[in-house]
Amino acid sequence: MIRISLMAAGLALALAGAPMAAEKPVLNVYTYDSFASDWGPGPKVEKAFEAICDCDLKFTTAGDGAALLARVQLEGKRSRADVVLGLDTSLTARAAESGLFAPHGITPENLAVPGGWNDPLFLPFDWGYFAFVYDKNKLKTVPRSFKELAAAPDSLKIVIEDPRSSTPGLGLLLWVKAAYGDKAPEIWKGLAPHILTVTKGWSEAYGMFLKGEADMVLSYTTSPAYHLIAENDDSKAAAIFDEGHYMQIEVAGKMATAPHPDLADKFLKFMMSEKFQSLIPTTNWMYPAVQLKDGLPRRFAAPIPADKALILSPERAQAVRDAALAEWQSALSQ
Amino acid sequence: MAERAEPVITPALVAGLGVAGFLAALSLGTVAVVAAAADTPGHLGAGDWAALKFTLSQALVSAALSTILAIPVARALARRRFFGRDLLITLLGAPFILPVIVAVLGLLAVYGRGGLISELLVALGYAPLSIYGFRGVVLAHVFFNLPLATRLLLQGWQRVPGEHFLLAAQLGMSTRDINRVIERPILRSVLPGAFATIFLLCVTSFAVALTLGGGPRATTIELAIYQAFRFDFDMGRAALLALMQFAIGAGAAVFAWRLARDGAPGAGLGRVARRWDCAGFAARIIDGAVLAAVSLFLLAPLAMVLLRGVFGLGLLDAGAVTALVRSVIVALMSTALTLGMALVLGTAVARHGAGHMAGWIESAGHLSLAASPMVIGTGLFILLYPLVDPASVALAVTALVNAVMSLPFALRALVPVMRHVQSVEGMLADSLDMGGWARFRLVTWPAIRPAAGFAAGLAAALSMGDLGVVALFADPDAATLPLYLYRLMGSYRMEAAQGAALLLVAVSIMLFRLFDWLGKGA
Amino acid sequence: MLQLAGVEIRQGDFLLAADWRIARGVRLALIGPSGAGKSTLLASIAGFLEPDAGRILIDGHDMRGTPPGKRPVSLLFQEHNLFPYLTVWQNVALGLRPDLKLSADERRLVARSLDEVGLAGMDGRLPAALSGGQRQRVALARALLRDRPLLLLDEPFAALGPALRGEMLDLVRRITDKSGATLLMVTHDPRDAARIADLTSLVSAGQAHAPVPTGELLRNPPAALRDYLG
Repeated sequence: MIRISLMAAGLALALAGAPMAAEKPVLNVYTYDSFASDWGPGPKVEKAFEAICDCDLKFTTAGDGAALLARVQLEGKRSRADVVLGLDTSLTARAAESGLFAPHGITPENLAVPGGWNDPLFLPFDWGYFAFVYDKNKLKTVPRSFKELAAAPDSLKIVIEDPRSSTPGLGLLLWVKAAYGDKAPEIWKGLAPHILTVTKGWSEAYGMFLKGEADMVLSYTTSPAYHLIAENDDSKAAAIFDEGHYMQIEVAGKMATAPHPDLADKFLKFMMSEKFQSLIPTTNWMYPAVQLKDGLPRRFAAPIPADKALILSPERAQAVRDAALAEWQSALSQ
Repeated sequence: MAERAEPVITPALVAGLGVAGFLAALSLGTVAVVAAAADTPGHLGAGDWAALKFTLSQALVSAALSTILAIPVARALARRRFFGRDLLITLLGAPFILPVIVAVLGLLAVYGRGGLISELLVALGYAPLSIYGFRGVVLAHVFFNLPLATRLLLQGWQRVPGEHFLLAAQLGMSTRDINRVIERPILRSVLPGAFATIFLLCVTSFAVALTLGGGPRATTIELAIYQAFRFDFDMGRAALLALMQFAIGAGAAVFAWRLARDGAPGAGLGRVARRWDCAGFAARIIDGAVLAAVSLFLLAPLAMVLLRGVFGLGLLDAGAVTALVRSVIVALMSTALTLGMALVLGTAVARHGAGHMAGWIESAGHLSLAASPMVIGTGLFILLYPLVDPASVALAVTALVNAVMSLPFALRALVPVMRHVQSVEGMLADSLDMGGWARFRLVTWPAIRPAAGFAAGLAAALSMGDLGVVALFADPDAATLPLYLYRLMGSYRMEAAQGAALLLVAVSIMLFRLFDWLGKGA
Repeated sequence: MLQLAGVEIRQGDFLLAADWRIARGVRLALIGPSGAGKSTLLASIAGFLEPDAGRILIDGHDMRGTPPGKRPVSLLFQEHNLFPYLTVWQNVALGLRPDLKLSADERRLVARSLDEVGLAGMDGRLPAALSGGQRQRVALARALLRDRPLLLLDEPFAALGPALRGEMLDLVRRITDKSGATLLMVTHDPRDAARIADLTSLVSAGQAHAPVPTGELLRNPPAALRDYLG
């Protein structure tokens, strides 16, 4: 019996999540997995917000932005979420249509998001540019546009993510569409011989790149900053393309059914504050949504000029998505 | 008295039906739940038919290659005794339990464009290997499933009574004669089942197909289901696609039952029949070459995972250890569930072997082979969400789903042995009026213990490596080791992730060996 | 004909020694408690395991190193003498040619031997469709066809009823009479030995004793045999 009760105690310890803070209201924030991981902004955000809110902040995670939206759609009006953090502008049109989100009523100040912001339902918390990342020691002739990439020798290989299963993959789809419009299929045809493979998500693609499988990988302009700052490795760089770079703006929104709407409002305000925003660059490896007092961390690459930023409005992104996917599939299936 | 001897309804049957019903609800019922949650009825497009075609063709080729290549391997293992044979058999099983992404990176480290072989080729002035596309998918599936096929075939060899090989020797049979008279019938009895099982595993795999497929041509049904959920949020279509996958599963099952001949259970994988036909130099060279080749093919990627992981081990922190402990606990719960369900189903099937009911019960245990993990996870989520906080049941659901996923393999190991016990000792037990617990403890258990140990080891190892089904139930504060590994990768921490992979592989193999050893009663 | 010259077989703690010879045409029974090593002795004569010391000679030839298929021996096991997926005819024909490519003459021989064991007309059956006695008849037909000078029986009739067992032993006697083969059979029943065997060797306490005439042995059993017979 002693053995059994010991085992039960062990089980209970191991199975218990974070200890419940007694009596305090719980603010439920749904986010994507890497945001809440030990190395993401999550733990620090939680600590900082709990210090001022007299509440218990609890993260619930889904794989990535798209999985996050699917999850709250599944939960519907019964959702326990207060805030959903981690959608991007390719998803916000669908999110808005779902009717699950409430206006945030905040006018952000000091915004650092190129192109400004005026979405009543969602607030940006960080942003970045999609880009092809390469190893400076290995790739000597770096393409400076999609056209140069297409024209490069076939031995130059890239790994991209699948738009059906990954956010960066969808970003690339919209990038080519935003840059080339009706000419997008031709670009894809030109890229096809260079595409080594298409992966399920960013982790697989980036892992394959780091293992030397491909010369370039679809990631972010800020990826090299991770290697530089965290690993002191300056060998990685992002190829800057003449066509401009598609932006990923990551946003958060308040649920219409939020059990704690006031806390949700408070959290969104906190999200736009210096405290939260200063955590973003070296934990989420993206650009903060507001101007930081001390600017970006040292060695963190300055963003490319704003006139190089490409983005489709959420409505437009939603509208062209299916056709762009079909073009992509047919161009790469030949 | 006649009624006592041939009872129509026994507690064993009722329990078996109960578990079978539960399994049917979990796999087929979740499809219904998903379909019911759809706003619009689903429809299939041209892309889905292309996905069906690709799914079937890659699964057919992968399963055929895996089983055909397994023949010489199983034969060599069945007729050669050598130092390290047991360990080799265990290690050969390792790819099967690796998390997909770890295995794929290991494969690429050897066969990829930047892998060992390519580096050598490039140094010699040749073009690097290209394994992407259809052949990449097939290569990876063979890597995963060749060990399973080898094991299933080897079990067939073990079913041959030792006298038959002695008889063959006495009759002066050549290797070819033995092949015709003994080995071909074995293969006929085990190949269809092995083929069907592996075919189904390849049908439902999707991360492999996607990562190595080289582009959207390599779209499987499971990817289409994934897309339907997260890209289109079209649950009607997801449900339809899941049904399509079940239809394929049913087809494969019928195929296997039609062709397979059920034999007596094997005597474990340890026995090596002494052979006189293949003592010659040439035969030894062939067997040695086959074993060396397959070991190199399977173990080189594994070795790369281990080698690279050694550096990463130092980068792991307490979080990894907690995740490991959690994974082990989930694996133990999952193992208990698998074994429990397998024994209940096995008892019902063994005692009512002749009836239709037994067929249905056994089929239910294999349903998860054809189920879409994505649909099971979503269906469970829709059902449970109104009742409980998904995070609070995360580990329990993980354990349950892992258990159901490894159940088909546990049944493969246990049911033939339980049938055999029933046929040999069942009447004796009946005549002594032994029933219930006493009968199980005294008659059944001692006989099936080695098979149960093997099944438990497999269930534990599979549960350690599994992920994905339960993404919707993930509790961010209680990550299992595979989830932790993915998080490391998702945060650029590739080195540490390799350390976690090493930890995962090592502990999985240890758990497998532990249960296998407990089963043998050492 | 068969000479066991200082033969010793070890398996772990188990040891069996034998040092005797018998002449051609003799029918010898090996009798003794189970586990004494009767089957082991047959297995080593048949070539399935080599003795650790001593030599086994058949017709003056040392059998060391001769594979089972090249020895002038046929051995019938207690069970599993037939391949389950081959027909009766195929199982017998294996005795002539393992590849089953038989000439017309050879086919007639197969038919004759089946006839002799009383299985005419059963050619096409599978072993599963036969009774236990019939199965062993098939095995006997094959041994008959192989016509090896030494026939070893490892209790192939142990599972049969007394009447049937007697019938089978008579069949064995007829076959060996006709072919002149030497017979070694394991049994645990002295009546079997009395029915067919000229000589009997008592196997007990790690020793296969030198054969003595069966009748004499049974009339004046030594202590070890008395213990066994009870």
